[in-house]
Amino acid sequence: MIETDIIIIGAGPVGLFTVFEAGLVKLKCHLIDSLPQAGGQLAEIYPKKPIYDIPGYPEVLAGDLIDRLMEQAAPFKPGFTLGESAMSIEETSDNQFIVTTNKGTEHKAPVVMIAGGLGVFQPRKPPVENLENFEDKGVEYIIRDPEMYQGKKVVVAGGGDSALDWSIYLIENNIASELSLVHRRSSFRGHLDSVQKVMDLADQGKINLITEAEVIGLKGNGTLDSVQIKHNDGSEIWKDTDHFVPLFGLKPELGPIADWGLEIEKNAIKVDTRDYSTNREGIYAIGDINQYEGKLKLILCGFHEGTIAVQSAFARIHPDKKNVLKYTTVNGVNGFE
Amino acid sequence: MADNMITIHIIDREGVTHDLEAPTDMNMNVMEVCKSYELPVEGRCGGMAMCATCQCYLESDHELPEQSDAELDMLDEAFFVKDNSRLGCQIHINDEIDGIVLRLAPEGN
Repeated sequence: MIETDIIIIGAGPVGLFTVFEAGLVKLKCHLIDSLPQAGGQLAEIYPKKPIYDIPGYPEVLAGDLIDRLMEQAAPFKPGFTLGESAMSIEETSDNQFIVTTNKGTEHKAPVVMIAGGLGVFQPRKPPVENLENFEDKGVEYIIRDPEMYQGKKVVVAGGGDSALDWSIYLIENNIASELSLVHRRSSFRGHLDSVQKVMDLADQGKINLITEAEVIGLKGNGTLDSVQIKHNDGSEIWKDTDHFVPLFGLKPELGPIADWGLEIEKNAIKVDTRDYSTNREGIYAIGDINQYEGKLKLILCGFHEGTIAVQSAFARIHPDKKNVLKYTTVNGVNGFE
Repeated sequence: MADNMITIHIIDREGVTHDLEAPTDMNMNVMEVCKSYELPVEGRCGGMAMCATCQCYLESDHELPEQSDAELDMLDEAFFVKDNSRLGCQIHINDEIDGIVLRLAPEGN
């Protein structure tokens, strides 16, 4: 069990800056993020995009901002649980919370701050009839263990790098016994090297390229047996397969926290702007994931929210202590030993 | 009509047409106009062509600027895509699109 003062769900810019603000009042933080690296959407989707409204930076690349925030938080030695999703929360008799991830990692703290940006990144699922019935029974959205496909027939769908790279991998390493790549258009938009390699493998008869088509249905008895493919010209075929792997990228969703008993409004967590607390005492929501009148979904505003929320967290954790605001210029930044 | 205003026609997911007045001097795009009128357009990525929640179908004869690689990349991974698909956030409000007709794509992108 990981124990800390504040569990921060989401290691994006707002979560990272909150580590710093918490450290100034001697509160320790541990961050949980479903992505394998800190940075959230900035690092995952647009590290090379410029941001123009961070005070003091006329222009800063998103990835560089994350690096600076990590540097700023470092003196306060934050803990990280990365590549895991926060799934459940329970309250203990001594007014603490236990947050457990999808891999069973347990975290205990008196305060939880939800700084999950737009939510948990989840695979974008194609609008295919029956899809849910075959999840983990032939349908996978992520290839975690390629050996699972050894000797199997596989249908991959998608036109981006992920679909191209996995198709190449599964064939070049002699894993899948048969591989079909289905894409809605006749051309692909991945890296040119990957596109060329897929074309070459198709010419050699090693990849069955099915373009201008979409998977529209699935069939099987308990596990996947075949997929229904509809061509743009209206014709349809059924293709025998053991696995269907739709690779259409990620999209953020509220995810499991939607079931945490929090008041939700406009697909975001409703908060009290006095301290950005939610309807559950001890749980705060900061950054793009919260909602209140006048809300602006800006990193800038998230920084402010985290700062205010930390003051309230301090009062919850140390009800008998009086916290006097200290300016960093007077005391400097005194990190943890 | 004021010199700096145009009309765009948005057909929502129930088939109802909304005639929206949009200012040409505010550097807005179609997604932002829809949101300001509280039409059900999510605009999750804020207008960077990094999601497809503002996908719509061009249903008038208006000639729009060529789509950027970023927009094409996103539409490539989106769902319910048609030949006349566009991202609303990449359609900028200017005099040339006065009277444009756009139908919102289904939800689930």
